[in-house]
This record gives sequence, structure tokens and C-alpha cells, in this order.
Amino acid sequence: MQVPAPFEYERATSVDQAIGLLERLGSSARLVAGGHSLLPMMKLRLANFEYLIDINDLHGELGYIRLGADEVRIGAMTRHRELLESDALAQVFPVFRDAEKVIADPIVRNRGTLGGSLCQADPSEDLSAVCTTLDASCVIRGANGERVVSMEEFHVGPYETAVADNEILTEIRIPVKSGKSGSAYAKVERRAGDWAVVSAGAAIWLDDKGHIHDARVGLAAVGPNTTGIPEISAALRGHEPDESLFELAGAIAARSCDPSTDTRGSAEYKRHLADELTRRTLRKAVERARS
Amino acid sequence: MTTVQEPSQVKLTEFEDNDQKPVGFGRMLRKEDARLLRGRGRFVDDVQLPGMLHLAILRSPFAHANIVSIDTSAAEASPGVKAVVTGETLKGLGLAWMPTLSNDVQAVLATDKVRFQGQEVAFVVAEDRYQARDALELIDVEYDVLDPVIDVRRALEPDAPIIRTDLEGKNDNHVFDWETGDEEETNRVFAEADVIVKEDIVYPRVHPAPMETCGSVADFDPVEGKLRLWSTTQAPHAHRTLYAIVAGIPEHKIQVIAPDIGGGFGNKVPIYPGYVHSIVGSIVTGKPVKWMEDRSENLISTGFARDYIMRAEIAATREGKILAIRTNVLADHGAFNGTAAPVKYPAGFFGVFTGSYDLQAAHCKMTAVYTNKAPGGVAYACSFRITEAVYLVERIVDVLAYELQMDPAELRLKNFIQKDQFPYTTKTGWVYDSGDYEPTMRLAMEMAGYDELRKEQAEKRARGELMGIGISFFTEAVGAGPRKDMDILGLGMADGCELRVHPTGKAVVRLSVKTQGQGHETTFAQIIAEELGIPPADIDVVHGDTDNTPFGLGTYGSRSTPVSGAAAALVARKVRDKAKLIASAMLEVSVADIDWVKGSFSVKGDPGKSVTIQDIAMRAHGAGDLPDGMEGGLEAQICYNPSNLTYPHGAYICVVDVDPGTAEVKVRRFIAVDDCGTRINPMIIEGQVHGGLTDGVGMALMEMISFDEDGNCLGASLMDYLIPTALEVPDWETGYTVTPSPHHPIGAKGVGESATVGSPPAIVNAVVDALKPYGIRHADMPLTPSRVWDAMRGQATPPI
Repeated sequence: MQVPAPFEYERATSVDQAIGLLERLGSSARLVAGGHSLLPMMKLRLANFEYLIDINDLHGELGYIRLGADEVRIGAMTRHRELLESDALAQVFPVFRDAEKVIADPIVRNRGTLGGSLCQADPSEDLSAVCTTLDASCVIRGANGERVVSMEEFHVGPYETAVADNEILTEIRIPVKSGKSGSAYAKVERRAGDWAVVSAGAAIWLDDKGHIHDARVGLAAVGPNTTGIPEISAALRGHEPDESLFELAGAIAARSCDPSTDTRGSAEYKRHLADELTRRTLRKAVERARS
Repeated sequence: MTTVQEPSQVKLTEFEDNDQKPVGFGRMLRKEDARLLRGRGRFVDDVQLPGMLHLAILRSPFAHANIVSIDTSAAEASPGVKAVVTGETLKGLGLAWMPTLSNDVQAVLATDKVRFQGQEVAFVVAEDRYQARDALELIDVEYDVLDPVIDVRRALEPDAPIIRTDLEGKNDNHVFDWETGDEEETNRVFAEADVIVKEDIVYPRVHPAPMETCGSVADFDPVEGKLRLWSTTQAPHAHRTLYAIVAGIPEHKIQVIAPDIGGGFGNKVPIYPGYVHSIVGSIVTGKPVKWMEDRSENLISTGFARDYIMRAEIAATREGKILAIRTNVLADHGAFNGTAAPVKYPAGFFGVFTGSYDLQAAHCKMTAVYTNKAPGGVAYACSFRITEAVYLVERIVDVLAYELQMDPAELRLKNFIQKDQFPYTTKTGWVYDSGDYEPTMRLAMEMAGYDELRKEQAEKRARGELMGIGISFFTEAVGAGPRKDMDILGLGMADGCELRVHPTGKAVVRLSVKTQGQGHETTFAQIIAEELGIPPADIDVVHGDTDNTPFGLGTYGSRSTPVSGAAAALVARKVRDKAKLIASAMLEVSVADIDWVKGSFSVKGDPGKSVTIQDIAMRAHGAGDLPDGMEGGLEAQICYNPSNLTYPHGAYICVVDVDPGTAEVKVRRFIAVDDCGTRINPMIIEGQVHGGLTDGVGMALMEMISFDEDGNCLGASLMDYLIPTALEVPDWETGYTVTPSPHHPIGAKGVGESATVGSPPAIVNAVVDALKPYGIRHADMPLTPSRVWDAMRGQATPPI
């Protein structure tokens, strides 16, 4: 049996109380939401914290999906399963349901949260790629109030985010743009529930003439950070979507990423997948935008 | 007897047969499942004894390093700690080293140096698991890191670091050379052949990864001088004898108990240092001590399987008549030679690499070497290296088909050993007991719709889609002994069985073999039921406890039904013979005038005059007269020594689709036709086949224990070492033919490992077939998307 090192445990009853505890305990404490990344790391003693602050009781406060006219707001404690099952969310951003279908397994999805996934900041993390694709921003709260950062700012490095030791990620905000839009997600994995070898999300917004008003691609598992690829957006804007455009986007994706060889695959293969999956998801996103 | 509710897709006839058989063979729900499915099983980790302490093991972070010093003082002072034991402590007791199953020695705790990452360096015994684990962090070990030998191909180079400096005079990493077949004759046949095809084929290191990891609870009673050991073992009797030899405790004072076991697959055949640690821990502290390894420990330190690099060559005529096969194998045995195989068979039963084909000659040369990796080489659902042998021959036959531009099914049909050639002696000396290969192959092809599949494939290829059809046809050799040829450390591979019929006609049968999930409590009850006519529900199967079962070598290599199944049938017949004598006395007729129909004896010509086995049981124990000179009671015991192995066979066909863009492989269909001789419980057989096929998908597509150049194990968790889920496998399509074994009392052959042996080549052959448009004839496992993509670009590389 793998057992963690000794730690103390507290259940937070409100966001403010959690922040209070973090203020007091600093870097010796860690928030635990779903725990599906943190607890295995603690059991393997790769992560050792003196204090664990359980925020699962904050699901009532931070578990929500609110659709507004120009923005979707999702609470950080919203569980994978809730993201997967929300028809309203799938209607606006089908990329979420695509991704959730291939994230881990039902046991993990019942417990794991959007905020936990983002804060874990694993380079292979699917929801980071989804949020990057959708140009999401992150609401971080501390004792002195809230601040809002972009996904680029949020991701500092592998397993590192803009959330300070005394702060908590409370909400993800995703802009809803006018016009027809579509999004999609694709992942290659060695086995169901495995981390991605590579995955890609794509979102497309079309103008009245059916030309691309905006396009975004987010990749996971091909570099230290999940970041958008502005060059793809620039290359696609204003054009009518077609196969040659997808190919161009794929080529940009392949040369813009920085994968490394590991047991999941060679860097070369991952670069190829960045290309292939960019094309596939863009194709699907356009298909959805037009339908 | 409970019958299975009829699922719509199962042929009704099988249940009709069953309904007419309240006793004996047929589909029957597993007796043990009432317990296991309700969470009432009792596994080693469920054992709780008063005052029990807990043990945790400190393992080496390095693959190869001298131990400079170990400071245990801080750990000893840690809360709850009762003992900290190092190799030096054990050395003083003469227990630092123990024999392996292959007559090598293995460190119980490292003394001089560590030889693989994860090797046992010290252990802590404490009041609870947390305290034991926390104290490990406080043991300070100073290592002097040495260059490791990781690439098996470099192990014998003159400048390679010497791993086994503990062996006197050892100045290389050589373990053994082994040879079988006739080299000269094989070379002659090759020289005259029209076609010779050569391919380097790697069977990578994989791990059995049973759901339950290994563990033990040792309870040494210093007053009685008796050791009770609950442990995860597939071979409790063999382990008892080895503990007697290693620990010096008299054998009659050792009781090994294997309670419910959560999967073995060969992983629980060897004795691991952890078991010995728990014994030492109990002797030192005077308390019961539990050791239960965690998942990572299981994956990095316990018995692996395979790890063969094989150069295969096949010679044939232009028309596709296979003439000869030869192979040269480099075997990676890790840091200690812990292979579980009969002593005279250092390469297990690899000699059956000649497959199911009628050859003129065959030859194999093998060299085994030490590397800085975990020891083992267990029979991981492979009947002693038959998995490697079958993979070799079924892969190289497909390569030949590719070169001859022949259909692989046609090539196999053309070369099968024919029905009338059995018993058939292969060119490597194995005597196949029985077989009728063509009907099995034809049935699989018919179930698959083979010709239609080839048509569909041609159409898809024309559209640029990648579809592959893979075939494997295997012959296994299972059920070791005979004892004259086969022993483990001098213990002959024969198995005892005891049967007692109680006065009321209920029975208890005691076995030397031990189930790890295969359903022995049902299958063996059915065997006795078939012979005696006592319903299976009235027969208790006792196994796993050395104080309460007869001696025998245990369950692995698909040997339970071939060996103990025969023992059970024969012991029941012995009881029946005695029952018949009692019946003749009760019915007052001569023995010759008695008819036996299942469950009762009657007077010939007067069926109304009869006695049941239950009547006889009461008479045997009762006050009534017995025939002159007969003792009371109704029981018997035997020790069965098989005269030969049994040789099950099967035809497997796999259909895959490969995504040309991402190189992902999807197993679309899998047809498995097995011939394991007489079928005792078809439901259990199908369950075993389903499990083995799933295992095969894992090995073919994702499983591999790999290492980095420093010898760090890269498969130390189930996030890194992947095993397949229900989502990676299709609905299995199973079928069967029945060719009974001529020497087995009920004609049964083993089946537990057939599917694990037979499925990997079918899947790999299917993937390679799908890649035919790229001009590919071979790619090594595991066929992960990345490796398939390499193959598509003509850059297939060996995994090691």
C-alpha cells in the first residue's frame, strides 16, 4: 500500500475561509479538490505538504455553469461529469463534451474538477487545451480581492500557475462571440484513460459570408505549456475555410510545438499528430459551425 | 446445481445438455463466486492477527551501486518502530542470500551492492503501515554508483561491468547457453531450400501485473516452534519446502496458507525476498508481521516475463512447404536468474517453437545473460516460455507468407501436422499427444467469414483505408511433469489428491494446486461429480493450505487440470471401485452383476434394485457389515504423475483497422477457436479465454517494462505500464473443437494460458497485414500508435 507522509487536514467551509487558511499556512498547505492528481503524487511521496485544505464542500459555491449573452462562467469546482453532461455547454462549446468524453474514466470524472485540472497545469492536461482554445480567462481570488488573467498568463510553466500560495482559482470565463461558431477536440492516447500522446482543440467563428472571423487552436502534451498558437489564428482569419487552409494550420501547429520523446511516443510522431489533429479538429469545428 | 441464465447469444443446446446433467461437466455458476462477488473473499491483506506488526521495504534507487554504508539509527528511533533489518543483520544469521527457482541465488537484502532498481536494501517493522513507511525515509544509505548493464546486447562485451561479483570466479555476465534440435541437419535443409526468410523478432519484457500485489503474513510461534505463513503463492507446498531449506525451520513446523488469491499469472510462483522478510520480522519481534507490497514495488521488483531477442529463420520450398526453422535467442534474465521452469529446461518449453507444422529439421541456440534489471522470467500465462515460442513461429510463418505472396491461412493449412501423425514427435523432441488441426482452423475461418474479410480488405485498400487480418495457430505444451523429466529444485512435478466421502454422501476433495481465480472450487467439484454422481454443490474443494492438503507443485503452466484434474478423476474412481464392492454386498449380487449409472449402482437386468452413492457412504461408515477384509470409510488418495504433457491447440483470427492519419490500431474483431480436449465447464473456459485474449491485446499493443539508460524502470505504475481496458477489446467470438488427450483420464488438456499464448501473434500479424501497402513485413510489439507510425514510414525499430 502506498501511503503519504504525515499531513494535517482541514475542510474549508467557504472560499473566504479557505483563503484565510492559505494566508496563514502559506506554501506548506495545498488545496485539494478532486484529488486525482494530488493524492497519487502524495502517495508516491512526490508531493509532501504539511496541510491539506479540502475544498470539496465549496462545490455549492463554486460548482456552476452559467451561460450569459456574451460570456460563459464556469465555477472552478465544477466536476468533469457536470461539464460532460451539460447540454447547454455542449450547445455553445461542443469542444468541452468532446474533451470530457476522453478524459480519464467515469470515476475520475465524478470527482475531478475544472479548477483542479487547470491548477495542476500538467502539460498533457486536456481542459487547459480546451480553455486555451476558447480564449478563456481565469478568476483568481485572494485576501485582497479578485484578479482576472488570460490562459497565457495563467500558465507559468509545467505544474506552475499564476495562482499564488494564498490564492484560489474560483472561476473560468469564456467569451461568447457573435456569429456562427464551432469547436472540437481530438486526442490520441495509447489506451482509454491514459494521458494524451497529443491532443488538440480547435474553435472557429464564421462571419456572415462564411469566412473565418476568428480561429484558435490549443494543443496539449507537445511542450512545457499549453498555449494558443497566434500564428494559426492570423493565417486563418478572413479566409473561407477549406482543406488547404486546414493543412496550412496543421503545418504551423507542427512547427510551433515543442514535443519531447517519451514512452508515449517520439517527438517526431507527436509533431505529426499536432498537424493531423489540428486539421481534424478544425475540419470538425467548421462542419459544426456551418450546421 | 445452479445453471446459468440463458443469454440470447449462447446456443441453447449447451444448456439442454447441462439441464440433463445435474452432476458432472457443463456450464455451472462458479461456487466460489458467491463469496468473491459479495466481498467475502479472504485475501492475504484481509488477514488480521492480534498484535500484528507491519513491514515496509527500503529499495534501491539505483540499478547498480556499491553499498558504502547504511545508518539505521534514526529509523530505529522513529515512533512505533520495532525492528530495522539490513543485509548485514541477515548475513549474521546466514540468511542474506536465498536460492532462486533456477538454482541461482538472490539477495534477500543486499549486502555488497545493489543490482537492480527496486532491489531490497533494508526493512522496517513497525506498529502500523504508516510508521513503517515513514521510517524508511530515515534510513541513510550511502551508495557508490556503478555503470549499469541495461542493453542486453552489450552484456557480454568484454568491457561490460560484471554484475554477479558475488559468484566466485564470475568474470562475465553469462548465465547459460542452451541448445535444442539438430544443427547440422537443419543447416543442411536450409542450404538446399528454395526460400529462406530471416527476421529479428523481439518479445519485450512485460509484467503479469495481477490485481492483488504480493504479500504475506508471518506468524512464528516460539513456543510451538511453528511458522504459519499466509502468502500470495501459486505453489504453497513447493514454497514450504523451500522455506524449510532456507530458514532451517523443520518442514513439519511450517504451514503455508494461500488464501484467496487475486490473480497470479506466474507472478506468484517465485519466493520473493519480502516473504522471507516477514518471516525474519516475526522471528525477531515475536509478533505476527504483515508485508503487502504496493503497486510500484510489484511492477519494479517482482517476476517479469519474456525479454527474448530472437533471430528467426525459416526455410521453405517455392510452393510453400515449410522445411525447417532455426533461431538464435538472446535472453535477458535480469540480475538474478529467477526463471520459474523445470530444472532441466532453463529456457522453459521454448523448444516447441516448431509450432503446429510438420518440419524436416529445427534448431535453436540460446544465450542467457545477466543485466541490471529485476530478476524473474516467470511463466506469465505462458506455460514456461511457450508464449515466446509461439510468437516466434507464428510471426515468421507470416513473414514467409509475405515473401511467397501466399495467403497466410493457406500456408498454415498446407503445413499442419496431420491427424494421423499423432502422437507426433517434433524435431526438438516433444511428443504432441493428439491434435486435429485443420477442422479447428476451418472453423475459425468460417466463423470469421475469412474470404469475405479478404474481399472487404481489398476494397478498403483500394480506398486507402488500412484493414488487417491476422492469423495465429498455436500448439501449447502444458501440464508438467512427468516427474522423471521435470522438477523444480529437485521436487518432482506430480500432484496429490485426497477424497473423502462423508457418511451422508457429501464429499471433500483436497488438492495440491491453488486457484488464483481460475475456478478450481467449481471445476474440481465437477470432475468428482462426473465420476461419482455426487452433485457439485455437495463437494467441498480444499486447497492452498499445506497442513490440510496433499503435497504437489501448484498451479502455473496450465497444469491444474492436466495434472490435478487427472488426480481428482482417478481418486474418485478409486472411491468408486470401493463403493462398487460395498454395493455388491448391499445388493447381495456379485460385482460382475452390478451396473453403474451416475450416482447409483444397480443389479444388471433389475434396475429397480439399486443403491445410491449416498447409501453406500452411510454403509461405509455405519454399523452394517462390509465385505470381508474391507476397512470402513469411503476415501482415497493418490499422487498423479502425468505420463506426458498435454498439447492444446487453437486457431485465432484478428481483424484490425489502423487509422492512416494517427496510426492508432483498433481491434475490430477477434475469433478464437480453442481445442483443450474434454471441456469440463465451458463457461469457465470461455472466461479464461476472454482474460487471455485481453492480456494479448495488452502485450501486442501497449504493455512493456522499459528502462532508461541508467536502469530506471519506466513502468513503475499503472499510469506508465498500461494494461488494457474493456474499451480496447472487441466482443470476443469464441468457438471450440474437441480432441481429447489420449493419456489424460478424462481427456482434458490445460486451457488457462492458451489465449495469452495465441493472441499476441494474431494481433501483430493483423497490424502488419494492415500495413502491407507500405511494404512492411514485420514490426515489434508493443504496437503503440507512435511505433506503428514509425513502421508506416519504413522506420520500424525494435523496442529495446
